[in-house]
Parts: sequence; structure tokens; C-alpha cells
Amino acid sequence: MASDQHNYSKTYFWNDQKTRAILYQIITAIAVAWLGYYLISNVQQNMERQSIASGFGFLQKEAAFEIGESLIEYSAADTYGRALLVGVFNTLKVAFVGMILTTILGTIIGVFTLSSNWLISKLGRMYVEVFQNIPVLLQLFFFYALFYETFPAPRQALNPITGVYITNRGIDFPVPAPHPAWSAMLWAFAAALVITWLVNRWSVKRQERSGQQFPMFWTGLAILVGLPAIVWALFGAPLAMDVPELKGFNFQGGRNISPEFSALLIGLVLYTASFIAQIVRAGIQSISHGQTEAAMSIGLKPGQVLKLIIFPQALRVIVPPLTSQLLNLTKNSSLAVAIGYPDFVQVAGTTINQTGQAVEGVALMMLVYLTFSLLTSAFMNWYNKKIKIVER
Amino acid sequence: MSESTVRIEEIKPPSSDVGMIGWVRHHLFNGVFNSIATIVIFGFLIKIIPDFIQWAFIDSVWFTSGKECHAAQGACWSVITQNIRFNIFGYYPFEEQWRPLVAMIILISMLVYSRDWNRWNKMLGYAWALSLFIMGVLMKGGLFGLVPVESTKWSGLPLTLLLSFFGILMSYPLGVVLALGRQSRMPVIKAFSVVYIEIIRGVPLITLLFMSSVMFPLFLPEGVTIDKVLRAQVAIILFTAAYIAEVVRGGLQAMDKGQYEAAESLGLNYFQMMRLIILPQALKIVIPPTVGILISAFKDTSLVVIIALYDILNTTKSILTDPEWTGFSTEAYIFIAMIYYICCFSMSQYSRRIEKQLEYKHTPTQGP
Repeated sequence: MASDQHNYSKTYFWNDQKTRAILYQIITAIAVAWLGYYLISNVQQNMERQSIASGFGFLQKEAAFEIGESLIEYSAADTYGRALLVGVFNTLKVAFVGMILTTILGTIIGVFTLSSNWLISKLGRMYVEVFQNIPVLLQLFFFYALFYETFPAPRQALNPITGVYITNRGIDFPVPAPHPAWSAMLWAFAAALVITWLVNRWSVKRQERSGQQFPMFWTGLAILVGLPAIVWALFGAPLAMDVPELKGFNFQGGRNISPEFSALLIGLVLYTASFIAQIVRAGIQSISHGQTEAAMSIGLKPGQVLKLIIFPQALRVIVPPLTSQLLNLTKNSSLAVAIGYPDFVQVAGTTINQTGQAVEGVALMMLVYLTFSLLTSAFMNWYNKKIKIVER
Repeated sequence: MSESTVRIEEIKPPSSDVGMIGWVRHHLFNGVFNSIATIVIFGFLIKIIPDFIQWAFIDSVWFTSGKECHAAQGACWSVITQNIRFNIFGYYPFEEQWRPLVAMIILISMLVYSRDWNRWNKMLGYAWALSLFIMGVLMKGGLFGLVPVESTKWSGLPLTLLLSFFGILMSYPLGVVLALGRQSRMPVIKAFSVVYIEIIRGVPLITLLFMSSVMFPLFLPEGVTIDKVLRAQVAIILFTAAYIAEVVRGGLQAMDKGQYEAAESLGLNYFQMMRLIILPQALKIVIPPTVGILISAFKDTSLVVIIALYDILNTTKSILTDPEWTGFSTEAYIFIAMIYYICCFSMSQYSRRIEKQLEYKHTPTQGP
């Protein structure tokens, strides 16, 4: 009997599913390893032949190129490492500002497309349709050309608001003149944030305990605005502004946003907002009308319905695709290289051209963007978990 | 009898609630906020639209030289009409430009013919193979007495279409394979697929294009070179495949477990199960997001500008660097934007059509 069973189950090993699975995997692993070995050995040979140095030693060498704009101090005498760091900060700057603006704009347009006003919803839909279907690179070129072709030279600057000038050298706007009050106000604002958070916690606890409501919004606003204002008044209410003024061929004073940065930011924000608008619209539509009716029937006001019932639920649908769009914005910011904004890819590209170390340069690019992606998705996952539905 | 007719007339809705006026009241002036918004938008449109029409049509010039353009008040559409051949065909030899034109016409007519799912049969497959061959011969030359044209000369719209067509065609199957790999029970294959997909999705396409242009030559043994267009093409395929893989994975995960079990209980092996049962259903439910990815891939071909390939965006840019035509970027870019818009729009319509035809229809059972 036992031998019968043995005979019955006897198969050739290549017909056995488990053996075959292991065989497939070994073959794949060997193939990948061989390909890797082949490519790496080719790279080594080629680099030896063209006498290109390898390794990351170049990071300590002098960069010897200027960078147009930088958040940290930088000159051509600094190292490649520092130049690349400048690039990282420039990328972070445009990505950070872009993410905030595009989320706001996308949400507004998404709500517009659902408006009961025919004109608003049609315009919203048109916006989405047009901006989604045109390559972002073309949009960047378009806005960049707008700056250097259509906008006037500093002498004929456009002046939409007092003190703000739009020229082909970018946007000049006034900033408050340096004064110790400003940094003190910043600290006051930080303190106000902490206080607001504590008061909010207390008010939520009290409401849970006694059902009494607390006008949290107005209190919070008063603290956040009031505290810095008091500090400002204590320092003697400085009003001096650093206003841009035309001197010679360009503006002096104030702050300048370069045309490259402006064009990149405008292009990225408008393009990504069209995708976010669709996500927001789908999110709001995914909440069934019964939810609104139920909320109304327990006596909530329309504003409360939106804030307490619709929005928290829609957010769960919105956040995952929103994350991937914000990541796309970060990745698309690498197109800066096409219009000359010194982001990380541009600096790394210059570095590759000068040193010839393509492998290290491209590897650095990939590493930096992978880090951005992982950090953003880690944050968004954390946020998503926080707002996730809590089931019994 | 007559009384009742009168009564019916009496309960007609008020004239302000139906027809033109009713529509306006319900869609534009329902509520204070909406009324204000409507008025503000109308005011804005009235300010903008006449100016735009004045600029684009009334004051515009269409078929003049660059000099007259600089003198004109309105839009200079001449920048397009005077340079149309360079804009579309780029550096392809001037006398031979009929060849890419014919190739594009073949491609587009094949695509238009294939829009109907019922026509997808073996004959169509052969027709596609034949027309791809003809297009290849037309572009490259060297056969049937056609002058050979180096692929470095391929540019303009044919290059854009070439990169996107093959990008889409090749990345789709690769993406499906990667998705299957990621769902596989074999740990090694799964690990490779996951690492590949996550790395590619974490980096911008530009880094891959850089890789293809500056790093790839180092990968090859001495003496072997691969032309630049092909390298960019490979980068686009590898990039798009990772995104397709994630979308397809969504479809595979959405499949009911019963489908897998039913297929296995029929005695189908893995490949039969996937080919006959799982993939046809899974791929169908992810058509909309897949098309989104493919449209992105089409738009992303414009990034080859950065590695100095002359697709239609780059030919436009090089026209604009000509002193005769500098300053007319707005007009030129609007034209290119329209081409991209039309292509993207037709792609989404195309997919919607196929999706509709693939919809599972319950055949009505014959009644007794």
C-alpha cells in the first residue's frame, strides 16, 4: 500500500511545482546577477579607458561655477558637495511652496466644478480639461517666455499693487526693514501656536465631559493674531519697509523672485492643480447624499455639515491620490533644468558635465529623489492613518 | 371637459421658471453668492474676450515674414505658417519629408480603423505588422531605392509619435509582467519586481533620460553604440512600465478570490489561468487609470527636449531662437499645445469607446 502510494506520487522533478518555482527563481537571480556584473565590469573598463575618476571624491573638489539663486551662502570657490546642497535646497523650496499652493488651488477648483452655478462649474471643468492635457514642460516654457518676452524691462515695470513690480527680471516686492521686533514676533507666534493647541485640547475635553461648546475658532484666531500684535506694539510698532526702487537698470531693495522660479512655480502649480481638482471632486462626490440628509436631520447647520460630516469622510478618499500628485509635483520640479532654475538636477547635470562622473551623478539624482518620495509618502501615510476610520 | 383643459393651463409653471429665463435663474442666479459670482465672472469675460479676439483674429497676421510680424499689433500666426515644415518634420531631409508624412498618415489611419473592437482579428494583426514594416522602411530608407536617413535626423511630430507609440506598445506588456511578478508567490521574483517598480516610481523621468544619454554609453562594451533615439525610447518604456504595473496590480487585487479558485479547480495551470480568466477581467476594470498613465506617457515624451532630441516641442523652440521669429513664443506654444491637446483628447475618447464595447452585456435569456 505504502509503495503504491509512493509510485503514485512519483513525478519527474521538473514537473513538481515547488521544485520548478525554486528553479525559476534561481535562474532569474543568476540572470539579474550576471547582467549586473556585465554592466558594472563594462563601466569599470570604459571609465579606465577614458580615465574618468570613480567614487565620490569629487564632492570635496572646487565646483568653479556660479549658481543663480541660493538659500545658503555659496560661491564658485565652494565644493561640488556644497553646490549640490544648494540644488537640494532649491528643489525643496519650489516643491514646498508648490505643494501648498497647488493643494489650495486644486481644492478650490475641485469645489468649483461641483458648483450649482453653471458658469463656475463649466469654467472649472474647462480649466481641468485644458491644463491636464498639455505637457507640463510646454507650460513651463510658456510661462517662462511670458516673463522674458511679454513682461516689460524694469524701466516700464508693471505695477499692479503699490510697491510690487513685475518685470522681465522677475517679481520685486517690499519686505519690512530689518528690526528686532520681527524675530520677537516670530517667537510670539510660535508661543501662540502652543497656547492655541493647549486651549483646544482643554475645550475638547470640556465638551466631552459636559457638552458645553467653546468658541475655539475665534479664540484661536485672537491668540494667533493678538500675541504677535502685542509684541509688535511693545517694540514701538516699527513700520519702516524695504521698498524696491528703480536704480539704473534694475530694482534695488525689497525682495526679488526670479523669473525662473516664478515660471517653474506657476507652471507646476497650475498643472498639478488640475489633477488635484479632479481628485477633490471625486472625493466629495463619493460621499452619499444620505450623509448630508442625516446630518441636517440631527439639526446641524450647513457649515457644520460640511465641516463635521462631509469633509472628514471625503478626506479619506482624497488623501492617497493627493499624495501621489504632490509627489509628482516634486518629481516634475526636476524640469527646472529646462528653464534654467538651479534645482538639484541642474546642478548635478553641470557637475556631470564638468567631472564626467555620470554614474555617480545620476546615482545621486536618483538617491535624492527617492529620499524625497519616501519622506513624503511616510508623512502622508502617517496622516492617512490619523484620519482613518476607527471601527469598533 | 372644457373646464378641465382650462385647469390644466392654469397649473402651468410660471414663465420665469421654465425656458430660457428659468434656466438662467436656476443655473446662474440661484442665491446671493451665485448671483454675485455670475456677475463678477461675466464682467471679467467681457473684459477679456474682446481683447483676445482682437489680438488673435482681427489684428493678427497669418502669412507674412517675421519683419512684418514685428510691426503688427496682434498675434503673429505667421511664425507657424511660415515654419510649418520645419516645425512638423524638423531636420528630416527637406525633399524626403513626404516619407514621414505618409508614415504618419498610415499610423493614424490604422489607429482610426482599429478603434472598433469587433475589427480586432488576425487579419488586423497582419495589417499592423505590414504597416509597421512600411513605416520603418519609409522612415529609415535604404530599401526600394529610398535614400537612407539617419535616426539622428528624425525629429518633429514623427519623433513624438514614434516615441509615444512604441513607448505605449512596449511598456504595457512589460508592466503587466511586472504586476504579475509583484503578485507572485516566488519571493525572489516578487522582490525584484517590487524593487524595480518602487525605484522607478520614486525618481523623475528626467533622471532616467539622463541615464540613457550620459550613463548608458558607459554600460556598453567598447565599440558598441546604440543610437540616441532608441536609448530615450528604452528609458520611456522602462519608466512607463512601472506605472502600468501599479495600475494593473490594482486590477489583480480587485479580482474576486473565487475567480482564481474556480480557474484552478478547472485544472488550468498558472499561465492558462492568467491568460484566460484573470487578466481579461483585471485589465478591463483598470482601463480608465491605464489610459491616464498612457496619456501621461504621451505628454512625457516632450521631456526628450532636455537630452537634446528634436521632438515637436524642441523644433518649436529652435524656430523661436531664430532672430526673425523671436518674441512670438505665445503663438507658437499655443499651436503646439493644441496639437498635444487634440492627441490627448482623442486618446481618452478612444479608450472610452473600447471600454464601452468591452462592457459585459448580459445576454437576455429567451423567455418561454
